[in-house]
Amino acid sequence: MRQFLRVAWVVMRKDLTVEMRSREIVYTTVFFAASCVLVFAFALVREGRPLEDAAAGILWISIAFAGTLGLGRTFERERHTETLRALMLAPSDRPAIYVGKLLGILALLAVVEAVLLPMIGVLFHAPVMASPGWLLALLFTGTVGFASVGTLFAAMLVRARSRDVLLPVLLYPITIPVIIAGVRGTAAILQSAPDEPMARFWAALLLFFDVVFVTLSLWTFEPLMTE
Amino acid sequence: MSFDFDRLVVDDVSRNFGRRRALTRVSLTCVGGEIVGLLGPNGAGKSTLLAILSTLLAPSSGSVRYGTIDARTAGPALRSRLGLLGHDLYLYPELTARENLEFFARLYGLPGPRDRVTQALAHAGLAERADDVVSGFSRGMRQRLALERALLHAPRLLLLDEPFTGLDDASGQALVARLRGLRRDSAIVVVATHDLDLAEGLLDKVAVLRDGRLLPVSDSTASLRDRYRETILASASPAAVSPDAAPARRPS
Amino acid sequence: MSRVFAPLAFVVMALFAVAPIIVSNAPYEQTMGLVQKVFYYHVPSAMLMFISAFVCGIASAVFLFKRSAAADRVAVAAGELVVLFGIVVLVTGPLWARKAWGVWWEWDARLTSSLLLWMIFLAYLLVRRYGGPGSEKLAGAMALFGMANVPFVYVSVNYWRTIHPKTSVVMTLGPGMRSAFWFCAVSFGMLYVLLLTLRRRLEDQQAQVERLYLALDD
Repeated sequence: MRQFLRVAWVVMRKDLTVEMRSREIVYTTVFFAASCVLVFAFALVREGRPLEDAAAGILWISIAFAGTLGLGRTFERERHTETLRALMLAPSDRPAIYVGKLLGILALLAVVEAVLLPMIGVLFHAPVMASPGWLLALLFTGTVGFASVGTLFAAMLVRARSRDVLLPVLLYPITIPVIIAGVRGTAAILQSAPDEPMARFWAALLLFFDVVFVTLSLWTFEPLMTE
Repeated sequence: MSFDFDRLVVDDVSRNFGRRRALTRVSLTCVGGEIVGLLGPNGAGKSTLLAILSTLLAPSSGSVRYGTIDARTAGPALRSRLGLLGHDLYLYPELTARENLEFFARLYGLPGPRDRVTQALAHAGLAERADDVVSGFSRGMRQRLALERALLHAPRLLLLDEPFTGLDDASGQALVARLRGLRRDSAIVVVATHDLDLAEGLLDKVAVLRDGRLLPVSDSTASLRDRYRETILASASPAAVSPDAAPARRPS
Repeated sequence: MSRVFAPLAFVVMALFAVAPIIVSNAPYEQTMGLVQKVFYYHVPSAMLMFISAFVCGIASAVFLFKRSAAADRVAVAAGELVVLFGIVVLVTGPLWARKAWGVWWEWDARLTSSLLLWMIFLAYLLVRRYGGPGSEKLAGAMALFGMANVPFVYVSVNYWRTIHPKTSVVMTLGPGMRSAFWFCAVSFGMLYVLLLTLRRRLEDQQAQVERLYLALDD
């Protein structure tokens, strides 16, 4: 167990170190997410007033799009140097590598969300400080759900053809429950009278999703990555 | 959890990718303290065989045994005794030489990573460049670093895929010397290479692959280049087909 | 297998020849009239779509964990049938919806979940086709995850809908209708078995051809 955690930690630290050198993925992904918000705002805001619940929807769609982009770029980097092979050669439980990569992606998405949340609050007059506890719970469980499936799919697509388009093709249908839960939960929090029981329901559903899909990903990582 | 072996036995290994046969019934035995050369034209299946020996790929049929342990039943511990220096060097260009080695040392759970890395950097002659990012290194320097990475955990079996590519004379000779040192330590070294001149005098055993098949090599004392040429030419003529002859070729 | 195939095909054809007669003889439902009869095809197709999704998911799991090529062949056959029966569901559903609710689509929990499941398995087929070598494993993971997703999709879509007015899709079946319904259910069931077997046999034969090609090289 300790070896598992050590390997995951080492992989994550390496990913963060590599990223910090150029900060390329962080900057471009955050910028992309911000552009998404603007594009959707222009599409959905009429006469200066946003549609009801637009803020929640736009937040989660931007997270999903930015997440897909970040996943693709991160694994493209590994593919370029074939270093994923070197990771698979290590004498450790292979799922530990999956966890390490997942933690790296979560760190990236945390940065994206830290930028998007105030942006949403300001642009859509949304009360993001109303129930910070529930909001954070929703963001965390939703992001883990999205990233857990995304990391697995992106890793297994590294050796595949048409990998750029296949990642969203595979990822979005599977993570639709995450999007639904995230949006409805966040909307419940952001409305004028925050509906906490509703938020709790959706957060619980997301937690359940996370448990099931992280487990599934851990199980299937090794068979998927070995030929 | 230590595990070691003294011989590598490849038993009737075949590997196909869909309809294409990459390796057909390859059998080979290597013992500790031996440097085995894997020769053959491009597309012969050398890289595929190395991938199988490093457990990155599973054979479609046949088995690979490390000592008495079959690759299929071996757990992650087996990988702690294997080292692979692939064609792509498996280095992170954004990290420094030291960071690259320290990452792999920690990944492999090696004790005293800092000292080990310092020693490895000295071995590679990269001590002054230790804190420079790898993207600024020449091919030769990267190769030396990658070799140290593959040797950090003192593997029993070292697999090298075209290690002499792009190396100048001095670096090539240095690599040869390093491999001889490994032979003294009873490691098994398998080298896939095109560079017959450098391999001359280095190899204890020669295996020639062509179209996924292992060709019979004569035991003469002629130079490596001559023996290789002779083997390849012999395989082209129908009379030289081995006793368990293949049936008529598939109509094209 | 080929021994069973011919009589099975004959039985299925006979059942489907008779089915329209049985359906038209079934009593009319009070509120919806003729259009309600589309349900005799819609509901069995939906049931089989879900069953096929589970067959595909389980076969994919066996393929991934036990490395069984035979399981993969069953998986691809089942995957295609999810898409096929899904098309039936997604065409007959709106036909009924148009008459009952006046619109082609209503974000009904069941219809939406079916659409999502259909898309997941459409993605399954896309990956197999365009993913290049090794895409069977990718697709297998997709099918497994898709199958695991079914309860989540249903719950989330169901509760997502509470904001919209709830429209009920289930109606109680009168006595005369029940027999017609079960007749159609059985016919569809047998059709499913027939198609699955046929498709799997095609895959088996293709695998055989590959083996022969490889054996030539030995």
